[in-house]
Amino acid sequence: MNSPANSGQPASGSAAERPVKLDCRGVWKLYGPHIDRLLADPSNRPSFEDLQAAGVVGAVRDADVQIRQGEIFVIMGLSGSGKSTLVRCLSRLIEPSAGAIEFDGTDLLSMSEKDLIALRRTKVGMVFQNFALLPHLTVLQNVAFPLDVQGLNRATREARAMEMIRTVGLEGREQYYPRQLSGGQQQRVGIARSLVGEPELWFLDEPFSALDPLIRREMQDEFLRLQNLLHKTIVFITHDFEEAIRLADRIAVMKDGQIVQTATPEELILNPATDYVAEFTKHIPRGKVLRVRSIMAPHDATAAHHGSLAATLTLNEAAQRVAAADAPFAVTDATGQIIGQIDAHLVLRALSEAAP
Amino acid sequence: MSLTSDTPLRLAPVNAWWRKPWLFWLALFVATWAFSTYSFALYKAFDARWIVRFPAALQLPTESWVSEALRWLVEDASFGLFTVRDLTRAISAAIEAPYTVVRSALATGFMDGQGSAANQIAPELSWIAVTVVMVALGRYAKDCGLALLVGACFVYLAVFGQWDSAMITLASVLIAVPLGAVGGLALGILAFRVPVVDRALRPLLDLMQTVPVFAYLVPILFLFGFGPVAALVATIIYAMPPMVRVTILALRGVPEEIVEAGRMVGCTRRQLMWKVLVPSATPTLMVGVNQVIMLTLNMVIIASMIGAGGLGFDVLSALRRLDIGGGIEAGLAIVVMAVALDRLSQAFARRAPTVLADPGQSYVKRHPWLITVLAVVVATYLAGLVMPGLRDYPESATLTTSAFWERAMEYVNVNYFDTFEAIKTTVLTYLLLPIKKFFTGIPWAWGIIAIGLAAWKIGGWRLGLMAVLMSGFIAFSGLWDKAMTTVYLCGASVLIAYVIGVPLGIWAGTNDRANAVLGTIVDTLQTLPSFVYLIPVVMLFRVGDFSAMIAVVLYALAPAVRYAAHGIRSIDPQMIEAGLVSGCTRRQLLWRIKLPLAAPEMLLGLNQTIMLALSMLVITALVGTRDLGQEVYIALTAANTGQGIVAGLSVAFIAIIADRIVSALAKRSEARLRAGA
Repeated sequence: MNSPANSGQPASGSAAERPVKLDCRGVWKLYGPHIDRLLADPSNRPSFEDLQAAGVVGAVRDADVQIRQGEIFVIMGLSGSGKSTLVRCLSRLIEPSAGAIEFDGTDLLSMSEKDLIALRRTKVGMVFQNFALLPHLTVLQNVAFPLDVQGLNRATREARAMEMIRTVGLEGREQYYPRQLSGGQQQRVGIARSLVGEPELWFLDEPFSALDPLIRREMQDEFLRLQNLLHKTIVFITHDFEEAIRLADRIAVMKDGQIVQTATPEELILNPATDYVAEFTKHIPRGKVLRVRSIMAPHDATAAHHGSLAATLTLNEAAQRVAAADAPFAVTDATGQIIGQIDAHLVLRALSEAAP
Repeated sequence: MSLTSDTPLRLAPVNAWWRKPWLFWLALFVATWAFSTYSFALYKAFDARWIVRFPAALQLPTESWVSEALRWLVEDASFGLFTVRDLTRAISAAIEAPYTVVRSALATGFMDGQGSAANQIAPELSWIAVTVVMVALGRYAKDCGLALLVGACFVYLAVFGQWDSAMITLASVLIAVPLGAVGGLALGILAFRVPVVDRALRPLLDLMQTVPVFAYLVPILFLFGFGPVAALVATIIYAMPPMVRVTILALRGVPEEIVEAGRMVGCTRRQLMWKVLVPSATPTLMVGVNQVIMLTLNMVIIASMIGAGGLGFDVLSALRRLDIGGGIEAGLAIVVMAVALDRLSQAFARRAPTVLADPGQSYVKRHPWLITVLAVVVATYLAGLVMPGLRDYPESATLTTSAFWERAMEYVNVNYFDTFEAIKTTVLTYLLLPIKKFFTGIPWAWGIIAIGLAAWKIGGWRLGLMAVLMSGFIAFSGLWDKAMTTVYLCGASVLIAYVIGVPLGIWAGTNDRANAVLGTIVDTLQTLPSFVYLIPVVMLFRVGDFSAMIAVVLYALAPAVRYAAHGIRSIDPQMIEAGLVSGCTRRQLLWRIKLPLAAPEMLLGLNQTIMLALSMLVITALVGTRDLGQEVYIALTAANTGQGIVAGLSVAFIAIIADRIVSALAKRSEARLRAGA
């Protein structure tokens, strides 16, 4: 976690041991007639064709997602793949047709409206694609809005909102109205608003999709900086695979309402589950994503090593050093223990390998 | 071709000559024309009078049903704890109390005692104070320009001696607008939240907006008696439906994400409504308030017939006396007031929230304008107690244009009488009378069948059935002839308004300068209360169908122009470019690309034109038409509720049939465009 090459992107190994924050099992969301009948038997899983025959749209089909504490979990899919519907089921903005969702072990779907409101006020925050700022409120009032709804007095809520505005770098603009801000600034307000209630679980629904590419990149960096500061549990929706790769600890790829594969970025690239996933990974610069540990050979104690490399280095970072050397490098983990070895041949093959 | 082999079944019948749609319309028209022309001959040949006259034996006593029902409602109906009469009395009291206060403050002064024994205990506000408040509102809502305009309007009212009447009208507006807006908002919110209410309200709103204004007045007269309160009730009922619609639309129009954002921060239902939905929808809601204000003004003028007093009463009595100068003066005062109120409320609708003043300062320092205005109001009020000149605008300084208008009108009538008469006769002979003969000649039985067939062909069997039932209601109520007169007058006016309006709209759609000029004219025309249109028309052409038609054309012109311009402007510029690079001439561009693409929008304009024409037509009963409007007007003067409501419903049914048919056409033409795209 503390090594410079690894900042903001905890290794998958450590994430696996963290407790599950949001557990979603067998979630369905169907639109159309007689949905209850289709899902009456939990063991019955209607296929895409079954649904089509019944005149039903399967926006989300049998989704299983476990989001662990402190990870950035990205749900990636093209438009119409059901990712927005899924995140709305997870936040219970819409009611799933079937399935179970647990938040910290409590059943989210059977929660009363009162409890749900209490949960949203204290534990959950959400950022929206088109910012969803209230046009009649200033930046300060927008950020303070969740606290206003909770009934906090004005001095307290404005003090906390100001703090949040400083965190996202908008001080000096707190008396502006949303329409006076640029898109990137507006989304900073949206982020500040979603964080002012100090949520544990943070939903971001395509937060940067409406922004220009340059601003998008800047906001992604800002987002990683914030996460380094705050360590939230994050569900991040995007249609941009590169964005997913850049930000995610783990990615769930969705197609036609189904989750096709859930894996870390590296696993996705090395072992895409279907041709559909491979189609995305093909265009990703592998050197930036793949790390030494994923392609290293077993440690050969007899071989002479030119030097040692951290297991978490990306291939791009490793390539320069490996290319110049004539002997393999030892690969070491965070504690300095040698766990494998790597040479120019291995790196080259991994970099040039086409999708399997 | 390979295409035909895939769809042989669909292609064959369309190609068959007897299935061509134009043939159906030709046949329908020829049959109707034949029936219309020879109905009298048929009646003579078969000695069947029922062909031309609806048989009295079949006529349903709809009028007396309605009258009886209303009588029962007023005299016997009870909600258990209280009767309907108690309810209407309570409503009266609730409206009368604030109205009296506002009217006293603006116009009459506060009185002690009743009638001629009344003693003024405190005078009304000074004209200076009212004007200053209005100017300040103009400055607050927008800028100094608006302040100047509003100030000029109110000074005009004072200088030209219309102040007292204008203040009575303003008092009615000030009471009716908040009640109408708040009531509309409440109903709209209810409909937004409860789907059942929405479904129940929808047809009711349709009906309310198509029933002619006079028809409202009759049952209200019955329930609330003659006087300003009844007029206010009618006004509020009339002005509320658009607010309900706008509210529903505005709340639905709030982006889904904003609602979700509200829910995700943990809003309760109430917080979601009042902290998220309503404030986000405010700009649209203010458009609704603007509509309420304009409709209120329109109706307050008309409601002078049941005792609202004010400017409307002045116009009405001037019209009755044929006092040309007085009528124009009062009419202009209405125009001036309408312009001031419209611009003011529109500015409020568009007003962007300003950056908050430093809350550290004292209240006085933060609100310098408010304090100044209050000071002026108090100072002029106190000064007015000793100097009456400050309170009432001095009569000696009033200007009157009455004599000028009289002379101008006289000049026109002396010098151009023959010209006007020639125009009138020509239009009557070659346009109005043939159309009238055609429509009034149609035997009622065939009329019902024909309208049913046309509606069926355009909108399916449901629409056809509805058209048959509605026109049947008119026939069985014994109003067929009058209804046909209404249809003829409305049809002729719409035709003329459309023939004038669409080319103007196309011009405005293609030329920016024309758009600016025409837009301003059309906007101003639309803010004028319908009553105003009657004045110049009657002065120039006296009473009759021709005058009615001119007034209706003027009133109904606006949507024809506006929708045509909008239709042309909203065409995707790429389509035009595609036409240009294909080598279209300007004429081809217009006929091949712009007009077909703007067709759905223009049909909507036609729909609006028909609706406005019908609503105006009823008002032209005042200038002596012999149609359903006259029937309603007679009912109003005779306080015959049954007659008024049945005739009013008949007008509404004509409007609804026309609306549904034209809407179906618009939908079809849009569907065709989208399928082609």
